[in-house]
Amino acid sequence: MRRFWLAFLMVTASSAAVAEVNLTVTLPRLNVAEYHAPYVAVWIENDRRQATQVAVWYDVALANGEGQEWLKDMRQWWRRGGRALSMPVDGITGATKGPGEHTISTQLSNALAELPAGKYTIMVEAAREVGGREVLRLPIELPLNNANLPVVVEGQNELESIRLHN
Amino acid sequence: MRFQLMVLTAVAAALVSTSVSAHRAWLQPSATVLSGDDAVVTVDAAISNTLFHPDHFAMPVDDIVVTAPNGDSIDIMNAAKGRYRSVFDVELKQQGTYKIARASGGLRAFWRDEEGNRHMWPGRGEQADEAEFSTAVPADAKDLSVSRGWRRVETFVTVGAPTTESLQPTNQGLELLPVTHPNDLYATETATFKLLIDGEPAVGAEVEVVAGGMRYRNSQDAIKVTTNEQGEIQITWPQAGMYFLEASYRDDKAAKPATIRTGGYSATFEVLPL
Repeated sequence: MRRFWLAFLMVTASSAAVAEVNLTVTLPRLNVAEYHAPYVAVWIENDRRQATQVAVWYDVALANGEGQEWLKDMRQWWRRGGRALSMPVDGITGATKGPGEHTISTQLSNALAELPAGKYTIMVEAAREVGGREVLRLPIELPLNNANLPVVVEGQNELESIRLHN
Repeated sequence: MRFQLMVLTAVAAALVSTSVSAHRAWLQPSATVLSGDDAVVTVDAAISNTLFHPDHFAMPVDDIVVTAPNGDSIDIMNAAKGRYRSVFDVELKQQGTYKIARASGGLRAFWRDEEGNRHMWPGRGEQADEAEFSTAVPADAKDLSVSRGWRRVETFVTVGAPTTESLQPTNQGLELLPVTHPNDLYATETATFKLLIDGEPAVGAEVEVVAGGMRYRNSQDAIKVTTNEQGEIQITWPQAGMYFLEASYRDDKAAKPATIRTGGYSATFEVLPL
């Protein structure tokens, strides 16, 4: 009985407002001889191109911070605030991911919750060693309206897709 | 009458062309935007007209000055001089913007003796000692022209976020004061630079911007601009790549014994794709 009430409460909470929003980044499986997992950055830009950082996946495990050497290859992100960060950043940086779906929840929800109402763009950039670079842009308006979700933006080369959903 | 005019025009053209016929001197860094804690950049230094293909003369690097983000001068490393280019490394231990530069200049005099032979002081490649001026240069020489000028060659590299401490002008000769940061240049965007002569806006300086990779196209495709009343120019980068900027300035506001003030400036910029 108690479990039922708990479940009921959770359902009503999530339908009342977009409490938690997820961004699923799908990295493609590439048929290449030399595969390195891509560096990926996710950030939110306002209409004055000011950035709120959400996630950065890079080679955190290399000794002496050597993985930072290729951060600048995510050129847009580097310019939009990446270069001003002192890596690693708590709650933002993480290890690189392989092909497949990767969902960002808490970091994105927290970042969106702190932004005032208005128009924004969720930016996702991927850069891969011995590979290419791609930037995807997903325009949003805050506060988010559940009825407009999910939104999907398809990529070409380095990103298969990004999907914003509940 | 017309003949006289033609002769005058020819003489004027000859004077102008001698002042700008110097070869292009350039520094080309292996990267201009870097990240991490122990970045190193390697730099090619050469004098050649085909950008950026060293095919003429290796630039001497003994007097290269590297200004670190905190304003200190730091040493270059692993310098070597080949037939057509010199090469050296710069360790980028601080985060921020570094200026890599070479400057030379001083007094220079040209005249003709009674037989009409041309003379110059100091000799080619030599540095003038001003104390020797009065004895080395005959004051009543025919066609005597005494100029005071500086030539600067620069490039810029940045680790992490761009900074401006190292970009402060020395206020000597022709210099570039970035309004747009020189390591924040992107294709199709417009950059603004300000030129200074001895620290004051250089008005009417002629500037030419040429993209690298010249061996793979049939024309110079130079962008030519002249500095405005504030000494500023604007350049819209047509595409990503390495670019060579060269500026020249000339007026008669020279400190004695010179009567002509000249300034030469060149720099290499990297423009990234958006």
